[in-house]
Amino acid sequence: MISDDARPRLRPHVHLRWDALRAAWVLLSPERATFPDPVALEILRALDGRLTVGELADALAARYQAPRARVAADVTALVSRLARDGLVLTR
Amino acid sequence: MNPPPQPPPPQPPPQPPLGLLAELTHRCPLACAWCSNPLALVRRGDELPTDAWRHVFTQAAALGVLQLHLSGGEPMARPDLPQLVAAAATAGLYTNLVTSGALGDFAALAALADAGLEHVQLSLHADEPRLGDALGGLPGGHTRKLAFAAWVTQLGLAFTVNIVVHRSNADLVPALLDLAQDLGAWRVEVAHAHYAGWALHNRAHLSPTAPQVATVDAAVRAFRQRPDAPPVDYVAPDAFARRPKACMDGWGARFLVVAPDGRALPCHAAATLPDLRFDSVLTQPLADIWRASPAFQAYRGDAWLPEPCRACPERARDHGGCRCQAFAVTGDPAATDPACDRSPHHAAFHAAVHAPASAPLAPRRFSSRPRPRPKEVSP
Repeated sequence: MISDDARPRLRPHVHLRWDALRAAWVLLSPERATFPDPVALEILRALDGRLTVGELADALAARYQAPRARVAADVTALVSRLARDGLVLTR
Repeated sequence: MNPPPQPPPPQPPPQPPLGLLAELTHRCPLACAWCSNPLALVRRGDELPTDAWRHVFTQAAALGVLQLHLSGGEPMARPDLPQLVAAAATAGLYTNLVTSGALGDFAALAALADAGLEHVQLSLHADEPRLGDALGGLPGGHTRKLAFAAWVTQLGLAFTVNIVVHRSNADLVPALLDLAQDLGAWRVEVAHAHYAGWALHNRAHLSPTAPQVATVDAAVRAFRQRPDAPPVDYVAPDAFARRPKACMDGWGARFLVVAPDGRALPCHAAATLPDLRFDSVLTQPLADIWRASPAFQAYRGDAWLPEPCRACPERARDHGGCRCQAFAVTGDPAATDPACDRSPHHAAFHAAVHAPASAPLAPRRFSSRPRPRPKEVSP
């Protein structure tokens, strides 16, 4: 599980792109193309390597007026999965 | 053999494809006995020229393709590879180079990175040069692979190590996984050999033993437990399976292949099937081929499914399995994949896979001249 003070960022050669044909955002990475749901998309957009996981949860909870604990759980789960898949760097 | 499938009833148009496998050439300096390319290879003079590939990539992107796999043969054998990568990147495709690492140098790979290459998938055969060179049939080949891996890392490209598993290297999988991690792989594919094309004729020599499969399974499980290890995609062997794989995620559902001469295929082994005519990108728009080519329609959807697949609750997952394996084993391309234990051919398939060899192991050599075919394998 990712720690709250990690500063995750998408790895080079992992791209979030707009797919005009499908009218959807797509995460492109080696041998994979995944279509994030709206919650995952907001988290992916915020993975810039500046914010910590904790700060990311704060920001998204404030922006969407959502319960901080639930947002933090979503962020931690997604970032942990992306890190395990080698698509996100945390150092 | 049964007659070819009846024309299917009208179906909704297919979803856009996600992936294109561009087999740029069949030429290759290696001689892998497990090569799953067809027996009849395309000659250099029949390969698509640069502009034709460019046009394919532009059409593919417009059709919805996101991932482009530049493969072969050995794609580094194409001197126009930087132009092809640039064309693909300009079209918006995510570019993957599927290579043996046996050709080219740092400058050649750097030119591809400059052109927009995202990802390299490099094959490894063994963890040391003696066996590595012997399996690939190329003196110095193993050392070249290691050098290629270092260049990939130096250039910061996304990096997958691909390990094709068979009897000669199954016991080395734990060491190969360590090597992949040491080389800096982001991810590792451990795939039991697919016995199509040339590989089928060597199956009796290559198919792993049951203890070897257990060793590989355990090695992958242990590697996945390590906190610092890259993720592993594992492709289990059909010869020990009870259910078929979801071959290509369904025929004509997500992927298409363009062969070196421009024929568009639903899978890279589809040319082994009888009664299919493959349209060429030289004479037809890629979108028309994807939507309406008889070869793509032949096993698309589930209207063609045989018994016992037709009533099987798992048909939406595996789509009846691999057509090429069904044909190779049963003589009927529309049969249930015999990897499934509900297939009436399942027991015969297992017996054939584990039968003793009746011919010597035949390493693959690319030749521009036709050569005698290896002895046919009876299922």
